[in-house]
Amino acid sequence: MDFLNALVALANFVLVPATAYGAQLALGALGVTLIYGILRFSNFAHGDTMAFGTMVTIFGTWGLQAAGVTLGPLPTALLALPLGIAVTAALMIGTDRVVYRFYREKKAKPVIFVIASLGVMFIMNGIVRFLIGVDDQRFSDGERFIIRARDFREMTGLDEGLAFRTTQGITIVVAVIAVVALFWFLNRTRTGKSMRAFSDNEDLALLSGINPDRVVLVTWIIVAALATTAGVLYGLDKSFKPFTYFQLLLPIFASAIVGGLGNPLGAILGGFLIAFSEVGVTYAFRKVVGYLGPEDWQPEGLLQLLSTDYKFAVSFGILLIVLLFKPTGIMKGKSV
Amino acid sequence: MSDVTSPTATAPAPSGFNAKNVALFALVAVLFLGTGFVQSWNTALTIFNMGLISCIMALGVNMQWGYAGLFNVGVMGFVALGGLATVLVSVDPVPEAWSAGGLQVIMGLILGALTIVGAILLWNAMPRGRLRGLVMLVVLLAGFVVFRQVFDGGTQAVESIDPAVSGFLGGLGLPVLFAWPVGGLLAAGAAWIIGKTALGLRSDYLAIATLGIAEIIIAVLKNEDWLARGVKNVIGIDRPVPYEVELQANQGFVDMVTTYGADPVTASTITVKLLYSLLFIVVLGLLIWLSEKAWNSPWGRMMRAIRDNEVSASAMGKNVKKRHMQIFILGSAVCGIAGAMMTTLDSQLVPGTYQPLRFTFLIWVMVIVGGSGNNWGAVLGGFLIWWLWVQVEPLGLLLMQTLTYGMEDGYWLREHLLDSAAHMRLLTMGLILLLVLRFSPRGLIPEK
Repeated sequence: MDFLNALVALANFVLVPATAYGAQLALGALGVTLIYGILRFSNFAHGDTMAFGTMVTIFGTWGLQAAGVTLGPLPTALLALPLGIAVTAALMIGTDRVVYRFYREKKAKPVIFVIASLGVMFIMNGIVRFLIGVDDQRFSDGERFIIRARDFREMTGLDEGLAFRTTQGITIVVAVIAVVALFWFLNRTRTGKSMRAFSDNEDLALLSGINPDRVVLVTWIIVAALATTAGVLYGLDKSFKPFTYFQLLLPIFASAIVGGLGNPLGAILGGFLIAFSEVGVTYAFRKVVGYLGPEDWQPEGLLQLLSTDYKFAVSFGILLIVLLFKPTGIMKGKSV
Repeated sequence: MSDVTSPTATAPAPSGFNAKNVALFALVAVLFLGTGFVQSWNTALTIFNMGLISCIMALGVNMQWGYAGLFNVGVMGFVALGGLATVLVSVDPVPEAWSAGGLQVIMGLILGALTIVGAILLWNAMPRGRLRGLVMLVVLLAGFVVFRQVFDGGTQAVESIDPAVSGFLGGLGLPVLFAWPVGGLLAAGAAWIIGKTALGLRSDYLAIATLGIAEIIIAVLKNEDWLARGVKNVIGIDRPVPYEVELQANQGFVDMVTTYGADPVTASTITVKLLYSLLFIVVLGLLIWLSEKAWNSPWGRMMRAIRDNEVSASAMGKNVKKRHMQIFILGSAVCGIAGAMMTTLDSQLVPGTYQPLRFTFLIWVMVIVGGSGNNWGAVLGGFLIWWLWVQVEPLGLLLMQTLTYGMEDGYWLREHLLDSAAHMRLLTMGLILLLVLRFSPRGLIPEK
């Protein structure tokens, strides 16, 4: 029986990776939920928006690296992030002008927006593949680890090491900053309040003199910032590949829906719920349980509930179960 | 959704064939004939055959969306189930695998199903409260553990039978044509389960639920090796038509084509493709005939009434939920049939190739561009978009070669542009979808 080692093993393989992944999902889901709450449609192009923002950031990072600019122990990509956000925001606003505004003025049904977003998804996917290609791109530099597994073992004298990567630490810190800033903006500023009013009751908001164009504009800028940040963090943590980002749409939607579409707090909750269940259900608990049992005891099987290939299936299993019992998510969401 | 933007966009088109529709189909015919003359008849027929299958998928989606306004983004899952059906029906059974663990696998699946049914019965029988949730959790967990114990043993035994060759249970060894209706039935069964859980959801939720379920189906196909070899693929599936080499060995056939002055090898490949086309045309024709009948029947009118105004239709006593279920199952079954046909045409099941961009979203582009709520529109969209999907790549390459004509060989921009030509197709599809949705929201052949 070795409780400490079990805890460290669990932290190393489940808690830390799932927290970082959960933060990335939460940022993505916040974008989806904001679009749903304010513009009132499910944006299928969100995964590709993340890919686009990340791509611009990668180009910026390469430029900075070529110029010899680095952030020391931190990844250079953080310096290039504002550029990624700015370019993505410009693209989002442009897309809104060219595509979505027309349907908004026509008061088209929400599902038409969704189909239009399919078109945008195709185009953005094409642009990203066109510009950066389909291959894996690694762009993280600086220190790789905050704590190395070996250093941890030497420090604590435990058998099990705990590795904490820089990218995981940065993900958590940046995500917290982004979420705090977003909630501060939504709850404290005039524009943020008008966005919430617009989301709650469009007609009432218009009556009280809120400028809808401004609300839409600000929403796209925030969405661009969230999507790019989420995409860059995911890319730093794992790697950048356009197809993976397109696939991220699934767990991100699952997070937003499980939490309750249109509800920012729900998006964060959903992100962590999905991440922890994905990692937890597909992790082989053999080692952890081995430490908890008597000396030299290891269970026979891997104690893995599902093979890792069922990652996406897990998100959707949870999604379906939640929707069966709570049709608008854990924290009451909207439905249009 | 007859009118997506404004109720007075266009006056109802006159019924029957009008000049514009004939011209549109003529244009598609020109595209295919042109491919035949410029590239080769083999290429043209390859595109045509897949075009026929795409049309059937588009018909299925059009039933759900055009008739009833159901937003199903899980087409890929139903297509894949159709593909699975060809394996389950036509591949010879593997007796060693069956004797090793076949029964145990089946037992495991039955135990799993019993657990779920038991949990549902308990949930309905017990009074509300904390105890109910607890009992349910215990039943599900215990059921899962028992299921895994039995099932895992079975699958391991099955998969260990010469994994390179067999290592799966195989199918029934029936002629492959039986797989087509079975594919439809399999997809219909899945649609029933999905409908039970997801049809009550609002439009966006339904879309995302179906998207996820399609991913789950693909995950199962990729991982359950005992079922259809997973990512090891099943190849050499039976064909409903003769093999090219058989034709070439057939003296009568060779004599016949040589009298027309044709090369026996080319003639045999073209004959095989034409035979497939014939089979597919029969299925497509039958489905169109049935769809048109349904569309013009009282049932079709009821569907449209529900689609256009659910509240008033239900006030008039129409059972909206039941009708939605009906059309969801029908449309999915059609996609399943198309999936079985596609796997038959390929003679192989490759789960790794099922991607939502190709098998869900592209089908949606076909339906929207062709004209939602019009069966002929779906057919037109199927042919047109599929042709473009295949041909945009060579056309893009041609464009890039022209653009970079003045540049030196090996210059980075030229290399990059030439390499990227392959990605033009996504861009083009998105552009076409957005342009049609904006300027002709009812599609090329609008609903009558």
